Amino acid sequence: MYRLLRFILVVALLSPVVTSSVFANAEAHHGAPDKELTPEEQRDENNAFVKHHTIDSHDFGIVSNEETGTHIGFPLPVILWDGGLHVFMSSAFEHGEKVVESKGNYYKLEHDGKIYKTDEHGVVMTETSIDKETKEEIVHELKPLDFSITKNVFVTIFMCILMFFLFKGIAKSYKTGLAPTGAAKFFEPIILFIRDEIAIPNIGEKAHKKYMVYLLTVFFFIWFLNLIGMTPLGINVTGNIAVTFVLAIFTFLITQFTGKKDYWMHIFWMPGVPVPMKIILIPIELIGLVVKPFALMIRLYANMLAGHIVLGALIAAVYFFDAYLAKTAFLGLTFFMNIIELLVAALQAYIFTMLTALYFGSAAAVHEEAH
Amino acid sequence: MIGAGLIVIGVGIGIGRIGGSAMEAIARQPEATNKIQTAMLIAAALIEGIGFAALFAA
Repeated sequence: MYRLLRFILVVALLSPVVTSSVFANAEAHHGAPDKELTPEEQRDENNAFVKHHTIDSHDFGIVSNEETGTHIGFPLPVILWDGGLHVFMSSAFEHGEKVVESKGNYYKLEHDGKIYKTDEHGVVMTETSIDKETKEEIVHELKPLDFSITKNVFVTIFMCILMFFLFKGIAKSYKTGLAPTGAAKFFEPIILFIRDEIAIPNIGEKAHKKYMVYLLTVFFFIWFLNLIGMTPLGINVTGNIAVTFVLAIFTFLITQFTGKKDYWMHIFWMPGVPVPMKIILIPIELIGLVVKPFALMIRLYANMLAGHIVLGALIAAVYFFDAYLAKTAFLGLTFFMNIIELLVAALQAYIFTMLTALYFGSAAAVHEEAH
Repeated sequence: MIGAGLIVIGVGIGIGRIGGSAMEAIARQPEATNKIQTAMLIAAALIEGIGFAALFAA
């Protein structure tokens, strides 16, 4: 009896968290729910909805309603380098409709989210070059170098500041005593888990301390960013291959620069193996050196992006059907998918951290005994 | 299209087998449940990583 009540309580508490993403998108998605759309229009709208929630954008739009034309959100600065520095707010673009003039150059925001260089009438300037081999003309559009503060950059910076103050505060709270208080009560078991279950088994008692900084940072960074991606705001930072690429590059660089002699020996001249095998192993190990961080990047990126796309498609499917039974079925499916996504958020952070620790372990390993 | 289906079959078989042997191991030795669970999740994530990489290539 008690267990049943507890189950109902958990479901009731979780449902607003999860279904909020469905209803927050109701206004944005269908301004008038009883308007009839052809299947093609419906599909285009669904695609646009999923796209809006998975790609980067130059302004922080929270909710927008195409029917009434209201957009809630704030614009972000656009910083372009095109021979000279151009800075302006993205509200000048007016959601891709206006051509912006800056220091004599004109720029337009296209539907794929990128900024192109145009002439004053909004026609994109192109440059034709001749392909050396096939002698065909290739036309490619001119784009300035885009250093803007986009939605992902803004959220990443915000997350850095948030994490900095959060963990500074937790560290300070330990000055008054060893027992944790406040936020430390929640984070201490997690931090100890990373140290005792991830760092020490993989790297060893002696060498793990200097790697703990990076491991803790990367775990909480990925976990918090994944959780923010689960909110209905449509922020998708870890599902962006550039972000995961940088994280993988950091892991790669740290492994290389802290590698001891045994690490390089294992790659180039594996001890305890006959010489012909050693020659064969060298290219395999070199490829492995690059493939391992590459797999880290792809794993996190694909998991997060696929999760967002599936959730977006399921939410769109709720509005696609007219029969209420189908709507309820898809709503239930969305609920479960959202729960699974919450699990995946934490799991991917854990996997990334664990594999990073594994690679650090092989770098820092010092074998005293002979193989 | 067919490639994507084959990839999903491969990933499904792989993770299914890991799950199955993990269940058997837990049934044999319930005290080691935590360790087995951890190892199962790690192996599942690795297999899914390859699956996703292949899915994007296809």
